[in-house]
Amino acid sequence: MTSQTIGPRPSVMRRILPQLVILAVALALNVAVFPEFFEIDFRNGRLFGNLIDVLNRGAPVALLCIGMTLVIATKGIDLSVGAVMAIAGAVAASVVVDGHGWGTALLAALAAGGLCGLWNGLLVAVLRIQPIVATLVLMVAGRGIAQLVTEGKILTFDNPGLIHLGAGTVAGVPTPILIWLALGALVTFVVRKTALGMLIEAIGINERSSRLAGINSRVLLVCVYLVSGLCAALAGVIVAADIKGADANNAGLWLELDAILAVVIGGNSLLGGRFSIIASLIGALIIQSVNSVILLSGLPPEFNLVIKALLILGILVIQSPRIGNYIYLLKASGPQPEPDAPASRPTKEETAR
Amino acid sequence: MIRSTHLPLLITLATFVLAYALCASAYPAMLSLRVVANLLTDNAFLGIAAVGMTFVILSGGIDLSIGSVIAFTGVFLAVILRETSMHPLAAFALVLLLTTAFGTAMGATIHYLEMPPFIVTLAGMFLARGAAYVLSTESVPITHEFYDTLQGLYWKVDGARFRLIGGLMVLTFIVGALVAHRTRFGQNVYALGGGEQAAKLMGVPVARTTIGIYAVSGGLAGLSGIVFSLYTSAGYSLATVGVELDAIAAVVIGGTLLTGGYGFVAGTFFGILIMGLIQTYIVFDGTLSSWWTKIVIGSLLFAFILLQKGLTWAAKKRAAQARMRTATGSAALS
Repeated sequence: MTSQTIGPRPSVMRRILPQLVILAVALALNVAVFPEFFEIDFRNGRLFGNLIDVLNRGAPVALLCIGMTLVIATKGIDLSVGAVMAIAGAVAASVVVDGHGWGTALLAALAAGGLCGLWNGLLVAVLRIQPIVATLVLMVAGRGIAQLVTEGKILTFDNPGLIHLGAGTVAGVPTPILIWLALGALVTFVVRKTALGMLIEAIGINERSSRLAGINSRVLLVCVYLVSGLCAALAGVIVAADIKGADANNAGLWLELDAILAVVIGGNSLLGGRFSIIASLIGALIIQSVNSVILLSGLPPEFNLVIKALLILGILVIQSPRIGNYIYLLKASGPQPEPDAPASRPTKEETAR
Repeated sequence: MIRSTHLPLLITLATFVLAYALCASAYPAMLSLRVVANLLTDNAFLGIAAVGMTFVILSGGIDLSIGSVIAFTGVFLAVILRETSMHPLAAFALVLLLTTAFGTAMGATIHYLEMPPFIVTLAGMFLARGAAYVLSTESVPITHEFYDTLQGLYWKVDGARFRLIGGLMVLTFIVGALVAHRTRFGQNVYALGGGEQAAKLMGVPVARTTIGIYAVSGGLAGLSGIVFSLYTSAGYSLATVGVELDAIAAVVIGGTLLTGGYGFVAGTFFGILIMGLIQTYIVFDGTLSSWWTKIVIGSLLFAFILLQKGLTWAAKKRAAQARMRTATGSAALS
């Protein structure tokens, strides 16, 4: 939005309240269809329960949406994350199949993801290609590259260290949960305790003016896509470790859309600017809770996509600038009428576009 | 004289000729008419969908829903022919009506709610794919004598069979080119792609044009779905995943500027043929794996995007120089 200002921000709670309410509704629906939803057992040194499942299964989308939030905050989009997941999973699998340790595999996968992110970032920041198009290249070619790495097979592996990343536990908690919580906390801390977050928002609101204000937008944009690539790589490794194999065709298929959806549900504008990683993460949990409702209620999983589509449509209507103007009009025609205010707002927006 | 707007189209043509020459020098059999006929038949559904995508991209938008709409059309036809005794022609009309209405609804959402086309059509993609899943998750075969009749229609030249669906694609391209270059709607699409503000000031009916563009894209995706169901004789809700990306790639390789405003429907035709050629080459080679298709198409896409960037940059530079010249010229005069 063009009228945003960078000033003291309202409390985090107020920002994420709508998301928390939606999450509560989704969880309540879960309980309604499956009363034992909140029960958590501790068996064989591992936590079990539907709530844990939601947190665990939501890990890939949660990881993706951390990077995606930053990218969208710069008014960009990263369509390639699903393909990058496939590449990272393929790289990790082929490294352990070659007899290296899981640490090497993880590093190699992260390097591959970082390289992909760097490529996207260079296309967007240096060659100035629109983000949708720039990341489309890797989205088309990425799965081909992943198949090149796996040589067209589904590479299976039995390296316990790598499998631990996807299916293991640390102190009873499944590893993926810890990974996305830790990464989310780390990235939030870095962007909020330094000026980085503010600079990213400045680029999203108006790149040209941010550059005139002395922000090195080029380097920052590359970094943002780099982070997105790294998050995707981590998600790819977790997915591969979970199924003990790298499937170049299906790993991360359509997850880019889920990640974008999570960011949108998190109340972040697709037009860039102010962002909240916490809200996006809650968005990811909302998506997973909705998936869980559909599974638990015995509705055929086919309805999953229809419900997601309706969810996006609902949020679109709420986020729409036209509806925003309408609400603004209603407010303006309230206690103290300002005759020219409603008229001047849309024109300001249109000229800015 | 070569105008700079024609340059991308000429480069696409040159790429096609060069690619064909390379293929033919490696495998002389690729020159045969049979390969040409198969090129048209195998890419018919993609080509028809790409015509709609050309209009959308010319207007500066994007339509991510077409792959799902194609799958939905296929499943819808298969289910309706299995469950009812409706004649396929009536079913075709019904499904075309449905998909056009779907496109219209997306266009209206984009225009009236002022949302980016990307996210609206993304929702449309989910919705259409979800609707296909709800109808059936299994592959539903289509057995109807009318389908056999349609599939049996071909024009035989020297052992090559030019089938109905290939002809339909060529016809769609001709009609699409005529609409884009010879009608007011087509001019409005170009104007919208050049800039919405300017188009509005020129008196282009923005609402009608935007909605019309997405209706055309939806309708052509429906037609493409019909062709796809004729091609495969089945409806499967998991089919044609990612066709929207292939269509976008074909449009871009065909020389249409992704920011809208410049491009030709004919270019998309050659974009489709180039992509089909890559696939055919890989089939002929036999040792290359199919994933090379994706990598080569991705690289081509990248090359053409770079080319677009270079041309835009050169045009800007030329305009700046011209401005400078007029400025110094008027200074000298005064």
